[in-house]
Amino acid sequence: MLWSDFERFLDPWREFERMRRALLGINGMTATDFPAVNVWVGPDNAVVTTEVPGIDPDDIDISVVDRSLTLRGVRQPEESKEEASYHRRERWSGRFSRTIELPFAVEADKVAARFKKGVLTIDLPRAESDKPRRITVTSN
Amino acid sequence: MAEMTLELQKKESTMPEGVERTRPRRVYTPAVDIIERKDDIVIFADMPGVDEQSVDITLEKNVLSIYGKADIELPRGLRLDASEYGIGDYQRTFTLSDEIDRDRIEAIVKNGVLKLILPKAEAARAKKIKVKAER
Repeated sequence: MLWSDFERFLDPWREFERMRRALLGINGMTATDFPAVNVWVGPDNAVVTTEVPGIDPDDIDISVVDRSLTLRGVRQPEESKEEASYHRRERWSGRFSRTIELPFAVEADKVAARFKKGVLTIDLPRAESDKPRRITVTSN
Repeated sequence: MAEMTLELQKKESTMPEGVERTRPRRVYTPAVDIIERKDDIVIFADMPGVDEQSVDITLEKNVLSIYGKADIELPRGLRLDASEYGIGDYQRTFTLSDEIDRDRIEAIVKNGVLKLILPKAEAARAKKIKVKAER
């Protein structure tokens, strides 16, 4: 195998970056990034999805400023009125807040969010002013 | 960073050796709360993407299995830029210690959370014994 081939398949810098990130994770740097999000990007819009099951949609607060999206919310713990004992308590509860940097500025008025089956999907259209302009070349 | 977060927030479920799944999907272990009350046991399980149609609950002898098929539509025509969590099904199995009244088991799915109410059978309910003072 030629070296050029090797580089094409395994970029060492990319590999270092992956290791660095993995180490950061061990230090607990990413443990605070809650909730976990998936970000989908297209030329005209971005979609952010996150899993926040059991939350009341009214308890989710979404705000957009320029390129950053902030999610805030609260999940109340299941409280039972009568006497109860916990065998297991693994589910999270309480407040969360997370800010995500988007690859482009967003048209704040057109942001739409829907909450279905515990999954929050936020559609963020790219701001008109941020879109690349097509410049036509004219010749005299 | 994504892989790490994934591991912390969503745990992939393990299968016993030599057993294969038929569906080529990731399967996660849902986080649960199990609460025992006087007359019943309540299980809450976080299963985002699952609704009342896609959850399967079986109780065989004293083994309770929960299987949830996550049916999530992915955005079309877009590229996944950051992936911090994986999407897949949910599976978890419990062994119950108390006798459960099978006919009265109730299951509700709301906003991606499964609530399972397992009423204790008459015989298994703790009987209160009055203590008399001897004179």
